[in-house]
Amino acid sequence: MNAASMVTVPATAVPHAWRGRIGILGLILAEISLFGVFVVAYLFYIGKSLSGPYPKDVLDVPILATICLLSSSISVALGEKALHRGEVRRAGLWLLVTVLLGGFFLGATAREWHRLIYVAGLTIGTNLFGTTYYPLVGLHASHVIIGLVMLTLCCVFAWTGSLRQVHADRVEIVSWYWHFVDAVWVVVFTVVYVIGR
Amino acid sequence: MSVISRSIAGSEASASPRTLLDELHDWVVTVDHKRLGIMYVLTALMFVVVAGLEATLMRLQLAWPGLHIVPPETFNRLFTMHGTTMVFLFGIPIVFGFGNYLVPLMIGARDLAFPRLNAFGFWILLFGGLLLHFSVIGGDGLYGAGTAPAIGWFAYAPLTGRAFTPGNATDYWNLAIFVTGIGTIATAVNLVTTTLTMRGPGMTFGRLPIFVWVMLTVSAMTLLILPPLSAAQIMLLLDRYLGAHFFDTQAGGSAIMWQHFFWFFGHPEVYVLMLPGFGFVSEIIPVFSRKVIFGYTTIVLATVSIGAVSLSVWAHHMFTVGMGAPLNSFFALSTMLIAVPTGIKIFNWLGTMYGGKLVFRTPMLFCCAFLFQFLCAGLTGVMLSVAPFNWQLSDSYFVVAHFHFVLVGSLLFTIFGAIYYWFPKVTGRMLSERLGRWNFWLLVIGFNVTFVTMHVQGLLGMPRRIYTYQADRGWEIWNLITTLGVPLQAIAILIFVVNVIVSLRKGEPAGSDPWDAWTLEWATTSPPPPYNFEVVPVTTSRRPLWDLKHPDDPDGPHE
Repeated sequence: MNAASMVTVPATAVPHAWRGRIGILGLILAEISLFGVFVVAYLFYIGKSLSGPYPKDVLDVPILATICLLSSSISVALGEKALHRGEVRRAGLWLLVTVLLGGFFLGATAREWHRLIYVAGLTIGTNLFGTTYYPLVGLHASHVIIGLVMLTLCCVFAWTGSLRQVHADRVEIVSWYWHFVDAVWVVVFTVVYVIGR
Repeated sequence: MSVISRSIAGSEASASPRTLLDELHDWVVTVDHKRLGIMYVLTALMFVVVAGLEATLMRLQLAWPGLHIVPPETFNRLFTMHGTTMVFLFGIPIVFGFGNYLVPLMIGARDLAFPRLNAFGFWILLFGGLLLHFSVIGGDGLYGAGTAPAIGWFAYAPLTGRAFTPGNATDYWNLAIFVTGIGTIATAVNLVTTTLTMRGPGMTFGRLPIFVWVMLTVSAMTLLILPPLSAAQIMLLLDRYLGAHFFDTQAGGSAIMWQHFFWFFGHPEVYVLMLPGFGFVSEIIPVFSRKVIFGYTTIVLATVSIGAVSLSVWAHHMFTVGMGAPLNSFFALSTMLIAVPTGIKIFNWLGTMYGGKLVFRTPMLFCCAFLFQFLCAGLTGVMLSVAPFNWQLSDSYFVVAHFHFVLVGSLLFTIFGAIYYWFPKVTGRMLSERLGRWNFWLLVIGFNVTFVTMHVQGLLGMPRRIYTYQADRGWEIWNLITTLGVPLQAIAILIFVVNVIVSLRKGEPAGSDPWDAWTLEWATTSPPPPYNFEVVPVTTSRRPLWDLKHPDDPDGPHE
């Protein structure tokens, strides 16, 4: 072994933080593929509904909710940067802002669904628009919920003092997931509210 | 780190007598990649026996025209369960089981990147498999006796609609495969992360063993192709239970869409299963030719390009759907294109053997048979990629023969080679060479008797999935020969099981490096300790162990 170790050895040691990063990137790749299929189904069935209600009659563009969700990407990034610097209180506050913005988005989705179901009379079984709309938006909303659970946990840990600077790498992973959820919304928004309407 | 120290403490405490319960408990709570790898492989072997018995029943039913050995509905369930089990519960777990066991050892790591995620992946796959088989009891729910699903392994719409398959059998298929998919994705993430971030000192990408390159490729592919299947299964579930219309043609939905989604998964999946077979061969042939692999870089590039091209060939399963000339041509050409990197690999293996000092031990025998049989499989594959030819033979036994040449004649043979090759590392004992030869020859003969003749039935027009057939079609003698090959293969498998059991108790001790091999897994003891390597060896070339054994003539300058 000594003889071999005298040969010049190119460094392969990868910093530990990259395990989490590569792991979440792998998951995000799989999620992109998952969303991709629902997006393809949505695009394929645009304009193929045999009966109403049609998207242009019942869909309102959720501009405020979209602004909230997209700006929550900024707040989670600020929180994660603050934790990297060791400012736990500030990090906790930014994470709280993220949770509130995400919560508002989820509330807006809930209101939209309530209106569509009870006022417009659109359910998943009504026509192809309902069949593709609820699963696509619902899949995204379920990812928002998972993200909110993780972010809320981080907030609570910041509140109780369990969250410390050493955990910054892990909060960074959560923030990457959250950025992904936001990026997917840009695609869903474009497909459902711009192209499909 | 804490995991490792705990396992070390565990082995010290074993001075006091341990009960069977202790031992079982250790296996259930383990996060060690080697134990999980072994459990993956054992799970796969358990399911391959189940699926093999299902195939045997089908062959008995088809041995002669007009037989009624099983009822027609049971026959449909048999081919559904056989296909589903073989792909999802044998193919995937055995491939990822070997990956689990070997990748960390080959790159000089102490475990996978996420050991607990690894345990999660295994257990959810196992329970997914059990869920599928629970359908035999619970498939029809409360009203009536249970049934297995009878929808074929690719579960085409609209047969899977509530109107055509009431009861719960289809849902068992749907949910069980969905659940195993989650486990497979978890393991794929794990293997990618491990390979990218945990390579030992000196293990650059240019020096990774080819098997590791292969597992990296198939894991990345898995991340791209399995979620579409899961998505399609979610859609099917929504169709069946919430009244959605994804695949419901009466409401404007498209049954063809299921085919696209399924085969976008289904065809790359074949390469996810077959590429690790190429990986085994690329590890075994050099060792038993006593030569460096010929064209390392080419093999790696061919592997990655097979992975990439395989994402664009799926609709060659759908030539008969009527996609139109442009799409048919595209998928025919992309399918032919994939034969190029595959052909390159065959020449790489031949080039490795050429001028080598060949040692025909059992692993090498299986690899040689693989070369012949895989060539046949590839040639019928290219034939089927020609769309007009495909129109004639789609859904015939010719197709069945083709993909069994791939999955049995190629994949299963390489898996046997791999088991004979790495069994000494895993258990510390050699498998018997004499029984190995019996196993090999019976399997080669049995396999070829069964599946060569199957091509003929296909060319004579026998459709797949038929329950029985009339006597005047000229198929009976071919079907009889096909069935006669089955007992030979069954005996071969039985000999293998006996070989494993006998060798575990009385096999010749293997030592750490019985084959005089060159990759890092042979640098540690057999079986390896929980922490794999006391000191992780430094890699200085593609054959780190050669460098250690021959410090006067290291490989590095020749690469």
